[in-house]
Amino acid sequence: MTTLTPILTKHWDRPDSFTREAYEDDGGYEALRTALGMPQDDIIQAVKDSGLRGRGGAGFPTGMKWGFIPQADGKPHYLVVNADESEPGTCKDIPLMMANPHALVEGVIISAYAIRANIAFIYVRGEVLHVIRRLQQAVAEAYEAGYIGTDILGTGFDLELVVHSGAGAYICGEETALLDSLEGFRGQPRLKPPFPAVAGLYGGPTVINNVESIASVPAIVANGADWFASMGTEKSKGFGIFSLSGHVTRPGQYEAPLGITLRELLDMAGGVRAGHQLKFWTPGGSSTPLFTDEHLDVPLDFESVGAAGSMLGTRALQIFDETTCVVRAVLRWSEFYAHESCGKCTPCREGTYWYKQMLKRLEQGQGSEEDLDTLLDLSDNILGRSFCALGDGATSPVTSSIQYFRDEYIRHFEMGACPFDHAASTVWAGEK
Amino acid sequence: MNIRRADESVEGSATVSTSFEPEVLERLERDAKEIIARYPKPRSALLPLLHLVQSEEGYVSEAGVRFCADAVGITPAQVTGVVTFYTQYKQHPVGDFHVGVCINSLCAIMGGDQIWRELSEYVGVGHDESTEDGKVSLERIECNAACDYAPVMMVNWEFFDDMTPDKAKQLVDDLRAGKQVAPTRGAESVCSWKQASRVLAGFNDGRAGEGAQAGYASLRGLQLAKDSGWAAPEPERGAE
Ligand SMILES: Cc1cc2nc3c(=O)[nH]c(=O)nc-3n(C[C@H](O)[C@H](O)[C@H](O)COP(=O)(O)O)c2cc1C
Ligand code: SF4
Ligand code: FES
Repeated sequence: MTTLTPILTKHWDRPDSFTREAYEDDGGYEALRTALGMPQDDIIQAVKDSGLRGRGGAGFPTGMKWGFIPQADGKPHYLVVNADESEPGTCKDIPLMMANPHALVEGVIISAYAIRANIAFIYVRGEVLHVIRRLQQAVAEAYEAGYIGTDILGTGFDLELVVHSGAGAYICGEETALLDSLEGFRGQPRLKPPFPAVAGLYGGPTVINNVESIASVPAIVANGADWFASMGTEKSKGFGIFSLSGHVTRPGQYEAPLGITLRELLDMAGGVRAGHQLKFWTPGGSSTPLFTDEHLDVPLDFESVGAAGSMLGTRALQIFDETTCVVRAVLRWSEFYAHESCGKCTPCREGTYWYKQMLKRLEQGQGSEEDLDTLLDLSDNILGRSFCALGDGATSPVTSSIQYFRDEYIRHFEMGACPFDHAASTVWAGEK
Repeated sequence: MNIRRADESVEGSATVSTSFEPEVLERLERDAKEIIARYPKPRSALLPLLHLVQSEEGYVSEAGVRFCADAVGITPAQVTGVVTFYTQYKQHPVGDFHVGVCINSLCAIMGGDQIWRELSEYVGVGHDESTEDGKVSLERIECNAACDYAPVMMVNWEFFDDMTPDKAKQLVDDLRAGKQVAPTRGAESVCSWKQASRVLAGFNDGRAGEGAQAGYASLRGLQLAKDSGWAAPEPERGAE
């Protein structure tokens, strides 16, 4: 049996957990002192050895990404933390920054030192006021303690750290769109290559990492790469925060080694809400193909989830029971993608618009099986032909729902209406 | 972001102010200078500057656009191109309390759709509209990274977790009656839309210490681990 491994979440139950004092009390900023005494390349090597892979969805090896930064090139390097957290279902970085912003700040300082960056940014979505306050305060406290600024702890290392609030655009979570946004433009993705490690912010070498990736760095420095790699599976090492939401008895954040299964997590969370059964779920947000009760025992690591036809993504486990109309869920996600498409490329801009129009009709029971073929055809024209992964992600709920729930679409057409009672899915269903 | 399609109506922007009073301008210029100084290149300051002008007027007016354009040395048309891309920038005044209801799939299904329907009818305004007294405006919002507290609402970007239609109506009544309202995870009371915008521009309001460090759902895994005696493996000592 897999058990939970609170590391990033370990001190969240301390009422003052977000203050520097509390963080230091629990050993915080010790790793910073250790790191600043190490050669930069040794830190990069330790992160490589740990096997840490990006926690923002794609799972790219973090140490390898850092290794792509050209060293001693005389150019300014930049570190950018992706705190845009807007993928539907994803809700781990926000509580992390609310309860434990110093873990992120310490991670930023160590990571910036390793990649030889003297300026770092935390790009946080603008719709989370109190989280932004906590980040601002944590950064101010770190400046006061001499952890950020000039000649940090007498080592000669200088770092400025800016908390930058976005303004409401899911696409700005895509790393190159984020850079355009941070440069003061509309957030639209850039052509890759060149990758940000070579030409990123202001054309300079830039590392972009997710909040949880960077916040994991102090623990790796403090406890060693082997310690980190002792958790998880062969190719998906370490721990991660799993977010359970929806029709679960006890939704919330569960920090566990990669490779834990939904069956185990559901057990811990008290199961699907009383009297109901699991119908479908997302392993890593709405952009990852849906799973069903067939997939309860798939190890939640990058390889196994991929082999089962989906993606680990952000470990955003949105759980839906049998009262839920899958067509309704897919329609709403499609409306989201249509709203958030940046408009740069035709397959996504037009494709998500057509998804929205068609699904609206189908959800109301106006359609035929032919429409499902049209939807799949449309998906073929979006997937792999879009400029960035938003377009690809938009196809996930559509194609996977047709794969697993074709009959349910057809029932809509047969009835000429949605066969579900939407009230039965609400939190207050059954109460009068 | 918003893409306007030819077949969707474009609302005329209700911009009235075209320039700021001298003393306002002076204050804004001081703040703008501080914002711009944070960045290696001035244009990077554009998003926070737009939050700043929004904190002055509650929305981005023509005056706000011109101010930002001058501040970073680009044209007003370039600024407008940015303003229209991001949903948090408003092109007409919103209420003192901007109320969002999450209608992304998970919240919608858990009850967000019903909350929206009942609340919108109760308040008598639709998406992106304000009450006549200018106190409250409503918006259908996307996933706000709080799904474990579904259905979720936001007021001036503070979290209101585990909402119901009745709680939503009570909340709006309280806001309109001028009562202090506390978010479930946030400061002790909701600040005004303009004050919130100022924090987004990067000016801390000193309220980070208020409110709980974490909501109950955020702590569930930790609680269970503690109750069960589970922990991460001990690091091998001597490694340091
Ligand atoms: C549409 C879209 C939205 C994204 N949103 C986020 C996000 O909010 N946070 C994040 O860390 N990564 C997001 N990503 C992934 C980033 O592009 C990038 O892979 C990630 O930030 C890299 O960090 P990591 O290697 O530490 O995971 C998004 C990608 C796409 C295509
Ligand atoms: S796939 Fe969508 S979001 Fe990505 S560049 Fe194309 S239009 Fe923009
Ligand atoms: S779906 Fe509403 S907060 Fe995520």
